[in-house]
Amino acid sequence: MGELKLMKGNEVLAEAAIRCGCDGYFGYPITPQSEVMETLMARQPWNETGMVVLQAESEVASINMVYGGAGAGKKVMTSSSSPGISLMAEGISYIAGSELPCLIVNVQRGGPGLGTIQPSQADYFQAVKGGGHGDYKLIVLAPASVQEMNDFVDLSFELAFKYRNPAMILTDGALGQMMEKVELADFKPRWTDEEIEEKSGSWATTGKPSSRKKNIVTSLEMDSNIMEANNHRFQEKYKKMEEDEVRYELFHCDDADFIIVAYGSSSRICQKSVEIARSKGLKVGLLRPITLFPFPNKIIAELARKAKGFLSVEMSSGQMVEDIKLAVYEAGRNTRVNHFGRTGGIIHTPEEVVEALEDKFSWELNYGVKRSY
Amino acid sequence: MAKVQGAVVVNIEECKGCGLCVVACPHDVLQLNKEVNSKGYHYSYMANPNACVGCAHCGVVCPDTCITVYRAKV
Amino acid sequence: MELKDLIKPENLVYGKTKILEDEPMHYCPGCSHGVVHKLLAELIGEMGLQEKTIGIAPVGCAVFAYKYLDIDWQEAAHGRAPAVATALIRLKPDNFVFTYQGDGDLASIGAAEIMHACNRGENILVIFINNGIYGMTGGQMAPTTIEGMVTSTTPGGRNVDLNGYPMKITNLIAQLPGTSYVTRQAVHTASAARKCKRSIKKAIENVLDKKGTSFVEVVSTCNSGWKMTPVGANTWMEDNMIPYYPLGDLKDSVKGENSSEN
Repeated sequence: MGELKLMKGNEVLAEAAIRCGCDGYFGYPITPQSEVMETLMARQPWNETGMVVLQAESEVASINMVYGGAGAGKKVMTSSSSPGISLMAEGISYIAGSELPCLIVNVQRGGPGLGTIQPSQADYFQAVKGGGHGDYKLIVLAPASVQEMNDFVDLSFELAFKYRNPAMILTDGALGQMMEKVELADFKPRWTDEEIEEKSGSWATTGKPSSRKKNIVTSLEMDSNIMEANNHRFQEKYKKMEEDEVRYELFHCDDADFIIVAYGSSSRICQKSVEIARSKGLKVGLLRPITLFPFPNKIIAELARKAKGFLSVEMSSGQMVEDIKLAVYEAGRNTRVNHFGRTGGIIHTPEEVVEALEDKFSWELNYGVKRSY
Repeated sequence: MAKVQGAVVVNIEECKGCGLCVVACPHDVLQLNKEVNSKGYHYSYMANPNACVGCAHCGVVCPDTCITVYRAKV
Repeated sequence: MELKDLIKPENLVYGKTKILEDEPMHYCPGCSHGVVHKLLAELIGEMGLQEKTIGIAPVGCAVFAYKYLDIDWQEAAHGRAPAVATALIRLKPDNFVFTYQGDGDLASIGAAEIMHACNRGENILVIFINNGIYGMTGGQMAPTTIEGMVTSTTPGGRNVDLNGYPMKITNLIAQLPGTSYVTRQAVHTASAARKCKRSIKKAIENVLDKKGTSFVEVVSTCNSGWKMTPVGANTWMEDNMIPYYPLGDLKDSVKGENSSEN
């Protein structure tokens, strides 16, 4: 068993980065995630593992530092919160277009604009649909506990290097600020240039020895045919992720008439909602997507065979709900899909969720059969 | 006193005919040719080869690195 | 002596360095970029730095710089080369890292990144090509466009009341304690180019000695953007650009020792 500690989610992100052999962190302060860099600066990992930590002049600079480090084959990361992630959008697109591995953490706060500093899940579209320009996808992991904040740092790097694609941990201010018991991972040594080459081939800019051709990190291609071929290659990669990397968790779904779909902080509340609903005699289950991209389409299709309705419960005005609808539609089902969520930094209560479920599915609850659109 | 003789070799196909070498030459050795290369540029050539001392000014200012310079005492 | 007797390897005095690729450059005839690329390539070869060098290409005309020098390269987002270089030199302190940026890239969209990288004293070389115009996008006004200069977005000439003043960003850079060697050079004549090469060499040595950021501005021409002949552009540059951007060293020091001469 690893070292047990009581820690904040944001602090754990920092600790997990040091322990998994991260080479560099580049960030800019923004509430509610500033503890990530503060923890790193206090820990001084450069003395311990050689990890570089640098406070950049902006989120724009941070993400381009990540680009530079990732282009040298290093395990590098940044963290920010919603407005800061918007500023990074261009850089993230470049990283995806140049096929570089890295980790970006978004500890979401309410928007749009400067919004609020309270928790939110309103950056779902930005995270899973790209966010920056061009056809690209991030691997998006949504932790629901401080323990998962710890575990997903290493997992993100593993997936990022496996696919040479940026990975994102999409969390929120509640999980970032929350203190929980966490079992920390053991220390892993940082990779050497040789190990990186062994793991993922010779593509990094490390300085050109006479034994190989020069390596170029770029997303630019003026030949449309080659650019289209690049896009096809990216899409193949995303398809492979959809086949192999979907992660989710089911809670009381076996006999469920209604499925709540919720991730991150929201899913923790919805576990309680399931219990309340069941105590009232309603057969409600919970599907918790762990990967938001790739999205768990297949299990939704399967659940749609029996379920009378899906309720997407997000701290947003309804974003993930669209992906659930698509999954149901793709499966050829007409199961009704609804959304419930509070915004502006307000976290819904378990009771509110049950009330919303009863309200939005009153027809199904009264008549017990699916109705057509 | 030993005389120095130089020679300029222009890679005709890579020359873009910008003429910077022509004005850089202190001995009026180079001119742009009336003929053009396959890209349509009036390439540089030694119009006055005997005047060349191989100072390489032409090569240094050439943006396309299409000039090679030789020099020997005669 | 017959030419064929003269043109022999033992008589070679000037030729192409190995670090330069055979790929013909995409630059317009007479463009200063080609000369600066060549100087850098020669120095990387002469100083034995090929295995250590990582270049950062900008967005602008030099976006394809990575095609021309046989070294590892990263192509940065517009203006962000100093941030990219910062991470590289921090993570790989034994490498030689340089950015190659134009005036739009460095002094406009990337003004924050260059200031902060220089202020932190990152041990990188910055090559700054100042031709007072946006070449790649078709000749628009740059922060360094001089007063009265006609561009496609200042068709009546740069009006300082409307467009602000031409920015002497190198002078600002020289005031930052993180920089060690800050100089302004040109490559329009053979002697200027040779002098520029000596400056870049000194800048590289400073970077390798971890003295802080070295910054070499090269006042350059963009004859296509300026709508002049290459030779005419050189003359115009001497008459109009260099008086506003005078050549010479602005600072020769070590990071933290403030000996700015301006």
